[in-house]
Amino acid sequence: MISAEYLGMPLEINDLDHENLSYFAYCAKHEFRLQRCAACKLLRYPPTTACPWCSEVNSEWVPVEGRGTVHSYTEVHHAIQPAFRPFTPYLVLLVELDTQSGVPTKEEGLRVAGNLVRPDGVLAPKADVERVGIGSRVRMVFTDIASGLALPQWTIDETAAGGTPWRYRE
Amino acid sequence: MPLPREDVEATTPKFLRDKYAIAGVGETSYTRGSDKSTRALASIAVRNAIEDAGLKSSEIDGMLSYQFNDSVFSPFVAGDLGIRLNFYMDVFGGGSSTEALIGIAIGVIEAGLCKTVVIFRSMNGFSQVRIGGTGVRSAIPVSGDMMHSRAYGWQSAGQMFAPTFMRHMHDFGTTAEQVAHVRVAHSHHASNNPKAYYKKRMTVEDVVTSRMICKPLHLLDCCVETDNANAIIVTSAERAKDLKHPLVRIRGVVGRCCKPRADMHYQTGPISTVAGHYARDLLWPNSGVSPEDVDLTGSYDAFTFTTMLQLEDYGFCKKGEGGHYVSDGTIMLGGKRPNNTSGGHLCEGYTHGIAMVIENVRQLRHDADDSCPIGPDGKRQHTYDYREGGCRQVKNAEVSANLGWASPGTGSAMVMRRG
Repeated sequence: MISAEYLGMPLEINDLDHENLSYFAYCAKHEFRLQRCAACKLLRYPPTTACPWCSEVNSEWVPVEGRGTVHSYTEVHHAIQPAFRPFTPYLVLLVELDTQSGVPTKEEGLRVAGNLVRPDGVLAPKADVERVGIGSRVRMVFTDIASGLALPQWTIDETAAGGTPWRYRE
Repeated sequence: MPLPREDVEATTPKFLRDKYAIAGVGETSYTRGSDKSTRALASIAVRNAIEDAGLKSSEIDGMLSYQFNDSVFSPFVAGDLGIRLNFYMDVFGGGSSTEALIGIAIGVIEAGLCKTVVIFRSMNGFSQVRIGGTGVRSAIPVSGDMMHSRAYGWQSAGQMFAPTFMRHMHDFGTTAEQVAHVRVAHSHHASNNPKAYYKKRMTVEDVVTSRMICKPLHLLDCCVETDNANAIIVTSAERAKDLKHPLVRIRGVVGRCCKPRADMHYQTGPISTVAGHYARDLLWPNSGVSPEDVDLTGSYDAFTFTTMLQLEDYGFCKKGEGGHYVSDGTIMLGGKRPNNTSGGHLCEGYTHGIAMVIENVRQLRHDADDSCPIGPDGKRQHTYDYREGGCRQVKNAEVSANLGWASPGTGSAMVMRRG
């Protein structure tokens, strides 16, 4: 059982939730790993109990590169959780990893959720929020929450060649 | 009525088409602060539906309800009203449950478990468990799958669906102004609905200048939160034809049809496509009609965008043209195919979809409860003058389609027809 608090929210992963316990244990070490199906070898996200392509229940955790392109997003101005309010507007990103993009079919990909954060894992300031949209290149960093628990997050990949991302027009 | 295409291949046996009917509908008022328990609200709504059908409580022997751990269960409501049940079931769920439960009601009657089923949804969606996710819902611990969503401040329905909406704008050039027309249309309809919580007519300008909630959703792109209960009675058409109202038959139903990976549907694209893309392949063949045959729609409006996305994916327009479809006058009263003539969830009140079915039942009876005068025969004399405060009956309404929404990944639908 992992129990912690983050931005005013109690977080809990119970002892039977082996998939999430494993996933977040790697995150705590700042390693991004996903389950690879023992049969068809496809990676999947988020952690689940079987392979969505072949129904195999066995898998192994393999390291995956935390880089990708913003596939879609929302920019939250009205936060539901009170502790997020000082950070508005904040971004929730859906990032398509470079790994396994368009596999096994053209419209599929590993689309990993996270906030836009500073490189140190704190929610990004407005100036950074306004630079990011669909097509932005991002890299994964981690927000440390407690001993044994960190959240995978996204920060602007400053090394990437920059086209102009698509953003919702004000 | 000249219902077409009986030869269309159906997934379900065609003999179920038209075999069942909605015999009664009822509701409470729409308020913010009902000062009643969900049990009391449900009793009022169910009793009103029974009276509307012209039945006695003793003639109801089945009950279904849906809820989010925020409401009363069937045996309490049945007990309070003196209904002895041969069948009941209370299921977990919100939007898109209504049509799915109507399908279940047909199934259990067909199987001989009972004869007449009442379906209800009772909620204090403003004063107790707020549907928008504030209050009680934001306080529960984040665990399991929510570690990949709520932990990121990605929690409310608007926040969760927004990546689909945003991607539709990106992929097809859909604009905020186009989609705002959904609110405009529904607000005009609500202004002719004495029951509606918000009756004020709105403009595109009102919507796009209202404060941003989470992009691309402005405040007025989002539905209202209210307290209310609603109920529907399903029985055989054979039984319903002798009751009080003109017969409203069920042509076909789709229940909680899903996209691939419904648990995390963003893994399979295009993410600007919703469950209706799959549901339409059941709905139209089962019903033996096509979108062109439909006179009015009830496309779920938790948000302006949900109405647009479903109308598009069920085939009322081409893929990508939803923005145009909802903004060219088609969905307004007086237009070719009005949507949510009650004002829907954006304006009338929030019911997790059941009120949109009730509205279409009344429309198909040609008995929309607007402000038109009651004639000497006790029937409403509809003027078809849709100016503010006037009529909201769709002229010659024969066929309706309800498109229920749970999320981009899951939806239900139903076609009904008059006579």
